[in-house]
Amino acid sequence: MSPQSKVQSPQSAEGGQPPVSSPTSSNGPKSAMHSPQSTVHSQEAGVKRGETGIGIQHPVSSIQHRASPITHYASRFTRYLGIYAALWKNSVTREMIFKTNFVLWIFVELLWFGLQLSFISVLYLHTDRIGTWTKWQVVMLIGASHFIQQLFQAFFLINCANLSELVRTGKLDFLLLLPVNTRFVVSLRQVDLGGFVNAGTALGVMAYAARQMHLAPTFGQVLGFLVLCLAGILIHYSLMLLLASISFWTVRAQGIVWGYYNLFQIARMPDEAFRGLFKAFFTFAVPMLLVANVPVRVLIDKLDRAGPLLLLLAMSGLCFALSEWGWRVSVRRYTSASS
Amino acid sequence: MRKYWHVVNIGIQNNLTYRFNFLVRAVFGLIPLMAILFVWRTIYADKGAGAAVGAYSLAQMISYYLLTTLVDALTAVNEDDWQIAGDIKDGNISQFLLKPIDYLTYRLCLFFSGRLTYLAVAAIPLAVFMLCLHQYFVLPPNGAVFGIFLLSTMLTALLQFFISYTMAMLAFWVLEVSTFIFILFAFEYIASGHLFPLDILPRGLAQVLAYTPFFYQLYFPVSIYMGKTAGPALLHGLLLQIFWVVFAYGLARWAWQRGIKRYSAVGG
Repeated sequence: MSPQSKVQSPQSAEGGQPPVSSPTSSNGPKSAMHSPQSTVHSQEAGVKRGETGIGIQHPVSSIQHRASPITHYASRFTRYLGIYAALWKNSVTREMIFKTNFVLWIFVELLWFGLQLSFISVLYLHTDRIGTWTKWQVVMLIGASHFIQQLFQAFFLINCANLSELVRTGKLDFLLLLPVNTRFVVSLRQVDLGGFVNAGTALGVMAYAARQMHLAPTFGQVLGFLVLCLAGILIHYSLMLLLASISFWTVRAQGIVWGYYNLFQIARMPDEAFRGLFKAFFTFAVPMLLVANVPVRVLIDKLDRAGPLLLLLAMSGLCFALSEWGWRVSVRRYTSASS
Repeated sequence: MRKYWHVVNIGIQNNLTYRFNFLVRAVFGLIPLMAILFVWRTIYADKGAGAAVGAYSLAQMISYYLLTTLVDALTAVNEDDWQIAGDIKDGNISQFLLKPIDYLTYRLCLFFSGRLTYLAVAAIPLAVFMLCLHQYFVLPPNGAVFGIFLLSTMLTALLQFFISYTMAMLAFWVLEVSTFIFILFAFEYIASGHLFPLDILPRGLAQVLAYTPFFYQLYFPVSIYMGKTAGPALLHGLLLQIFWVVFAYGLARWAWQRGIKRYSAVGG
């Protein structure tokens, strides 16, 4: 199978997007009409596919189940799962090329995590509580915030940060031409494996803090915690993508993306410390004070009402919807570079 | 000497292209600072009126963070280390080996112009922020103290620069210097007083830190301004700071000499 036909095959199952046809298979009148450009397109897409090794060949492509929408979605899902597996394989290979660097980055993250924890221990040298939060509860909070941040970093951070570079250099062209959802491939192209190791250390610290508090959360609490963590990751990702989309408007957006890093520092502070406008802004506009605080409150039985919980879930949905809208508006502005 | 003025001039113009980035950085940088201030406020409120943490009242604590922000804006190395490492990696330093320009002085001029531009841009958000908290902003005890504070701040800037320069020299030996820079930065961040004033630490620990260079990368000038360091301790501290500046300068020169012997002018 040539690269072109690999790109070609899933198209039939996809259905929704305009087909990228190769000259060999231009049997419909429409694709015959567009063949001059689409030849270039499919070649570029094929080259790009070769470069990044995104194996788009999937098992169900040949089975044309158009009749049932359920099987349609199922086949789409398996297709994207297949693509994502290939992206994973790629990232593992990439990381293994620079082994020392991989280990060093984990060390760097560990060091900064330790730094946050020592800051809190210094604070608690001089006080017993911040609001009603005790020392080990705050350690738990910092652990949870680190856990969420690291998982976000593992899946999304590099990709969001790279967006401005893709736009500036015009390399986004190649990704737009791939017969997959562009947002999907832009957001998930690289996996930062170190993030999972760091998330693991965060869980370790949380487990230690739980022991110190003699805390034994129920299965329901742990499950709730994990679901809310997912909501938190979704918020980080949506806001970061929204920020990164600014690069469609101005060339130098990289600084803005890294500016988001400062917001993580609010997420690990106990919510009770904040008041007034600051609290309102970071709860309802940029929900940093919900992201880690609410999951931890569920875990340590500190949640007295369902309000914050529902708010976190609602905000994550809202942020995601907003980012999808922002992304669509932004991509429309894309004018490529040079060429 | 005139050629270096040209470098400063070019540096300012170059940096002005990044003015928007600088502004964003300055504004975003204030957010975690505000968060820390909120946390301190809550701690003080729980302790009741007239409470103190270490030797700090709430007003002094807020004042401390405002001053660190100011000194940091004046002295922090921004992207100089990445640029120097990049110059070495890409072979850009070859041209300086052929010209009658000293690379370290050249970079120092660029650092200086970078700080100048950053300050010009960051002054707006910083001023607004400080105005909001002006009731906490203390003046130095007297003019002489303020003079010594300025001197010490200048030494801090030099120290910051020489340490970053030395770190960037690692690019002669390894491909990827960012991890090393971040590791050192972590130590600088906590041990130089970014997160909390160092004298609220247990006494022994604070005394040990006073002998490390980190102590002089931020905390020392601020403590002079606030009148926490005075008399013989001030003289002792200044001498130690000068020692670390000279030491870091020597290290920077030495690392360059060693590195240049390994240099293979990639891409040059």
